[in-house]
Amino acid sequence: MASSDSSIDAAPQEPVPSGSALRVRAARQATGTLGAWRSDGAARWLFIWPAVLLILVLSIFPLVASVALSLSRLAFHQGGVDLKLIGFANYQQLLFGLERSHFLGVLRTPNLIGWAIVIATAALTAAAWIRSARSGRVRPMGLILRLIGGLLLLGSVWILVQALASDGGRPGALIVTLIFVFAGILFQYTLGLGLAMLLVQQIPWRRFFRIVFLVPLTITPVGVGYMFLMMTDTSKGPLEPIWVALGLRNFTWVTDPWLARLAVIIGDTWQWTPFVFIVLLAALESLDQEVREAALVDGAGRWQAFRHITLPAILPVTTTIVLIRLIEGFKIIDMPNILLGGGPGTATQSMTLQAYIDWNTLNLGRSAAIAYLLLILVSVVATVYVGFVRRRVTELA
Amino acid sequence: MRNPFGRRSVTDLSPPAKLGAFVVLLFWAFVVLFPIYWLLVTSFKTPYQVDKGPFYVPFVDFQPTLDAWRYILVELGNDTLRPYLNTVIVGLSSSVIALLMGAAAAYALVRFTYRPRVGAIGLAIGSVAFAFIATALGAPFFLAAGSGVAIFAILAQAIGRRFTRAMGNSDIAFWLISQRILPPIAVAVPLYVLYQQIGLLDNIVALIVTYVAANLPIVVWLMRDYFASLPRELEESAAVDGASVYRIVRSIVLPISAPGLVATFLIVLVFAWNEFLIALVLTSANAQTMPLQVAAQNATRGPQWWAMSVLILIMITPVVAMAVALERFITRGILVGALKG
Repeated sequence: MASSDSSIDAAPQEPVPSGSALRVRAARQATGTLGAWRSDGAARWLFIWPAVLLILVLSIFPLVASVALSLSRLAFHQGGVDLKLIGFANYQQLLFGLERSHFLGVLRTPNLIGWAIVIATAALTAAAWIRSARSGRVRPMGLILRLIGGLLLLGSVWILVQALASDGGRPGALIVTLIFVFAGILFQYTLGLGLAMLLVQQIPWRRFFRIVFLVPLTITPVGVGYMFLMMTDTSKGPLEPIWVALGLRNFTWVTDPWLARLAVIIGDTWQWTPFVFIVLLAALESLDQEVREAALVDGAGRWQAFRHITLPAILPVTTTIVLIRLIEGFKIIDMPNILLGGGPGTATQSMTLQAYIDWNTLNLGRSAAIAYLLLILVSVVATVYVGFVRRRVTELA
Repeated sequence: MRNPFGRRSVTDLSPPAKLGAFVVLLFWAFVVLFPIYWLLVTSFKTPYQVDKGPFYVPFVDFQPTLDAWRYILVELGNDTLRPYLNTVIVGLSSSVIALLMGAAAAYALVRFTYRPRVGAIGLAIGSVAFAFIATALGAPFFLAAGSGVAIFAILAQAIGRRFTRAMGNSDIAFWLISQRILPPIAVAVPLYVLYQQIGLLDNIVALIVTYVAANLPIVVWLMRDYFASLPRELEESAAVDGASVYRIVRSIVLPISAPGLVATFLIVLVFAWNEFLIALVLTSANAQTMPLQVAAQNATRGPQWWAMSVLILIMITPVVAMAVALERFITRGILVGALKG
C-alpha cells in the first residue's frame, strides 16, 4: 500500500547512458508518448471513460441518497418538507414491526410438512459442513464463513416455511417476489429451451415461427398487463366459452391468492419466454452438429445425445441467461400492479410494487428502505448464484 | 415436390415426430398471436360491443367501427402525437448513445488492459459525493460539479498515487454490469430530486440520460461476450501494419460485429421503448411516453379497452417491424455466455 510510483521507477538500476544514446532515448520516448496519446493511449481512456463516468454519477448518487432517505422520515410542515433522521426505524418496522406481515408475511408455527422441510435442510447443511470440515482442504476462515452461510440458509428456509408451510401463515412481498422470480424463470427456461430445440430442426415455416415468437418481447409490460386482464376476464374475455364449459363463469382469478399469483406468472412467462428462446436458439444454432451426428450414428439415443452433448454445450449460455432473468425478474411491478393491483389483499404485491405504493403515499423513507432491502436481496441471490452455479459450470466447460 | 416433413439428415427427427413438433410450434404461435389478434378486434369495437361479451370475428360477430381509432388519432390528435414522438426520440437516441458508449467500453475491456488504482477510484467517488452533497445543501449545480472536478484533479496527483493497489479489467466489467441490479424504484426517487435541482424534470433529456445509464450495463454485458468471441488475429495483424485503434475499430471490428450490435440495439431499444416506472416518476406532462399514455386509459370509468388497444397497437408496430426486418441478425448477434468467468 505504501509503495509509490517513484520508488518503483527508481528500482531498476541502469548504467548511465552516454550522451548520444540519451538523446536517442529521449527522442524515442517523446514520439512514443505523443504517438500513444494520439492513438492507443487516448483510445484506451476515450473508450471506457464515458461509460464509467455516467454510471458513476447516475448510480453512486442514487445509492447514497437512497440510504439517507431510508434512514429518515418525511415531515410536512407549512411551506415545505423536512427530512428527519430516524435511524433504522423504517427497516425495523419492515422486518420486525408493524409492517412485517406485509413485507415478510404472516409467520406461524410450521405444520408437519414444514417441520420435515426444516429438519431436512438442517441435516443436509450440517452434513455438508461436516464433510467440508473433514476434508481438510478448507481453511478455518472458510469453515467459519461456511457456517455463517449455512445458518443464513437455514434462517431463510425457516422464514419461508413459516409463511408457506404453516396453518394460517401468509407470504409477504419479499416471499411473493421470490415466488414470481423462481417460478417465472422455471417456466420461461423450460418453454424457451423446448421451443428452441424444436426450431433448430429442419421444419417448414421456420422463419415465420422465429419472428412470431419474438413479438411478446416488444410489447410494453403495461400493455401486456392489460392484455392479460382482458384474457383472464371470465365473462367478457375471449376465453369465455372455455370458462363456461368448465363451469367457471362466475369465477374470478382475483379471489384466490394462489390463482392470482399464477395469473401474474403466466403473463410474465408469456412476455419473457421469447428472450430465453432467442438466446438459446442462437446457442443451439452455433453448436457443431458433427459430434451429435457421430453419436447418433453410433447408436446413442436422442435423450443421451441431448444429455451428454447438447446440454453441457449450452450450460454457459444457460447460466448467463438465468442470471439476466434473475436480475431483471426481481424488478417485477407492472404485471401484478395492472392485473390485480397487488391483490387480492396483498397476495401479489411484489417488493417493487410495495415500494411504489409507499412512494405514492409519500412515505418516501419506507419506500427507500424497501428498495434497499430489495437491492440487498438481489445482490445476495446473484452473488450466491454466481459463486455456486456459474463458477462450477465455467470450470466444467 | 419434396415432403416438407421428410428427413434430411441423421440428426433430423423422423417425419411423424417432425409433424408433432410443427403442431407444437403452431400451438405456441397461436398462444403468442391470439392476444394480439384480440387487441386488433377490440380496437374496432364500440364500448357496448366490448361490454356485451366476447365477439371474435368482425362483420360476422359484430359490425366493426373506426371510432376508437378516430378518437385516438384525430380527437386526441396532439395528445397522442406528443407522447409518441417522445417515445420515438427517447427510445432511439438513448439506445444509440448507450450502444456507442457501452460497445466502446466493452471493446476496451476485451482488448486493452486497465489497472485502476483503489485510491483514484475512492477519490472519484468522494468527489462525486461532494458535488451532490454541495448541491443538496443549496449550492448551484454547476458550481458544485465544477468544484468536484477540481478537487478530483488536484487531489488525484497527491493522494491518488499513494494507494497503488490495482484492480483488473474483470473488476471494472463486474462493477459496470452489476449496476443493472439496482432496482429502478431505488433510483427513481433520488433522480427525481436531482433533476428537480437542475431543472430537467419533465424533460426528455432527463429520460434519455437515465435510460442510457440503465441500459449501459446490458450493452457492456452482451457486447463484451460478443467481442471476446471474435478472432484476435485480424486486429493484431492490422495493428502490426500500423493501423491506429480507431482505424481498426472502424474498418475491422465494426463490420464483423454488426450482428451483435444490431441484436443488442434491439434489446436495449425494447427496454427504453417500453419502460414505465422511471418515466412515471420523472415526467408529468410534456415528456410523457407511450406506456404512460396506455396506462392513462384506465380512467375513472374503468379501462377503455378500445382506446388502449389502439395505443398498444400503434406503439408496437414500429418495434415489430424493426424486429422483422432485422431478424436475421438477432440469432447471430447474441453470443452471451461465450466468455468464461
